[in-house]
Amino acid sequence: MTSLRQNIIDLREKKAIVEMGGGEAAINKQAAMGKLTARERIINLLDENSFHEYDLFVEHDGRDFGMEKKVLHGDGVITGTGTIFGAPICIYAQDFTVAGGSLGLKHARKITKIMDHALKMKCPIIGINDSGGARIQEGVGALAGYGEIFYRNTIASGVIPQISLILGPCAGGAVYSPALTDFVFVVENISKMFITGPNVIKTVLGEDISMEDLGGARVHAEITGNAHFYAQSELECFDQIKRLVSLIPWNNAQKAAKIESREPLDPTHIEHIVPHDPKQPYDVREVIKCITDGSEFLEVHELWAANIVIGFGRMGGETVGFVANQAMVLAGVLDCDSSDKAARFIRFCDAFNVPIVTLEDMPGYLPGVDQEHAGVIRHGAKVLYAYSEATVPKITVILRKAYGGGYIAMNSRHLGADFMFAWPGAEIAVMGPEGAANTIFRKEIMEAEDQDAMRQEKVREYIEKFANPYVAASKGFIDSVIEPKETRSLLLHALQLSALKEEIRPTKKHGIPPF
Amino acid sequence: MENKEYVDFVVTARTYKTLLTKKFINRPVWKKPLPGDVFSVLPGAVQSLKVQVGDVVNEGDLLLIHEAMKMLNRVVAPISGVVTSIDVEVGEKIGKNHLMLKIESK
Repeated sequence: MTSLRQNIIDLREKKAIVEMGGGEAAINKQAAMGKLTARERIINLLDENSFHEYDLFVEHDGRDFGMEKKVLHGDGVITGTGTIFGAPICIYAQDFTVAGGSLGLKHARKITKIMDHALKMKCPIIGINDSGGARIQEGVGALAGYGEIFYRNTIASGVIPQISLILGPCAGGAVYSPALTDFVFVVENISKMFITGPNVIKTVLGEDISMEDLGGARVHAEITGNAHFYAQSELECFDQIKRLVSLIPWNNAQKAAKIESREPLDPTHIEHIVPHDPKQPYDVREVIKCITDGSEFLEVHELWAANIVIGFGRMGGETVGFVANQAMVLAGVLDCDSSDKAARFIRFCDAFNVPIVTLEDMPGYLPGVDQEHAGVIRHGAKVLYAYSEATVPKITVILRKAYGGGYIAMNSRHLGADFMFAWPGAEIAVMGPEGAANTIFRKEIMEAEDQDAMRQEKVREYIEKFANPYVAASKGFIDSVIEPKETRSLLLHALQLSALKEEIRPTKKHGIPPF
Repeated sequence: MENKEYVDFVVTARTYKTLLTKKFINRPVWKKPLPGDVFSVLPGAVQSLKVQVGDVVNEGDLLLIHEAMKMLNRVVAPISGVVTSIDVEVGEKIGKNHLMLKIESK
């Protein structure tokens, strides 16, 4: 006869075996690759002692190629719930020590179960990817598993925040789950992400490329834009995720948790950042840090399309999404990548009730055949679409230049901005003075004896007339021209005023944004 | 972005001081394609050549078979003319946008 005590001992023994995943040798191999195990990752990411595991005893039902004799603990994935700074989290981590983290149907069903749970409980889902790919022995069952995950990623999109970590290989079809989620985190030397790997490329093309050069962390953080956050180590990556989770709401029915308001560290510095000469660069992140609580700013996509800056900060204790042209990189132009970057961020903010503050200083769109042929028209249109569609509070501060189509695109009054502020040095015009003078006074310049002198004079004339905020202000397109040092207090006022903003849109199944 | 080496950068007739991105520096340079240039549209291998330099071809004539994505793709002449150069060999693995063959109209 068994006693309860004996039952408990049996349970503990069973758990201890399964919790070892692929066993000591495989765990040592994981460590040798510089990687934490799936279990260590979950423990380090979640609040202490908050992890509660689901489906520990799930087993695969493969019957072919010797699979019937193989025991795969947890079927290569650990799933469960926990908290991060008290926020409820559903989480899964693929366990590379168990059959290379390969995805079979039961493995996938553990993931879809925790995803369903997250969607039902309305809490964020975090997925840690570290898998060699589909479990080929299971054939189409593995493919079914991927498809069921993608479907849930899509259904959950805009309802609960979805976060993906790439902490190992993530190749072939597997890449599309992270790609469908809101934020992708990569770590130097550990993350490897691609559709076709170096071996296939070598076979087909005879080209040698390393995994790192093809789809390493840096590539996705800087070139492709597939990754939103880049870290040097797994622990740094977990810190980034904790900061992000603290700044976003649990679901689309809530606002992010409000904390106590704090003053920026050096609020008067704001008057000394933007050079008066519109051709001179500066770092717009310094401006952001002069207006956010505690001068804190969590930048998203820091390395990719750096000509626009996006990220989260707090104002008056509440989360705000910032979109800012970065004059320091490519003069702050809009191009294909920066448009994609801004548009997706705006849609995230809108879906999750995060007000958007736009800091504008941009000369226009990036000229070039490569841009035109890459479809800068449809990419640029995404920004117009995202701003127009958004119903969260939308506030713009024009810091310096606002020319042409860029002026319209960067959350202008015409796209539904709730508040439009401009600094006194703002230039709101149909294009830069040189371009405008060349067009308007073409004849005068051509006929002048000294063409350069005439051009200079006409440029000066245009600057005096239009390179200021007062023409736009006279038409009511700008609500007020403000001193830089007033920026934070006016933004706080605007955010407070728009806290209960309501904007009703026509009923539709969904819009058709340009892709 | 570490070393702040600002360069001149022109947008609608105005010159700005700014940094460039690696991606911008490495952007593809556009060249006007000639109507008789035949490029590969997929990575793959040349399975067989059907013409030689000097051959007169008509628009639509089969030039070569390009094996790519598990398919034997027929590559045909975009214009009528003379084959002036062939820059691939049978069995050679080539990437996308590889100039395979040139035709000049007569």
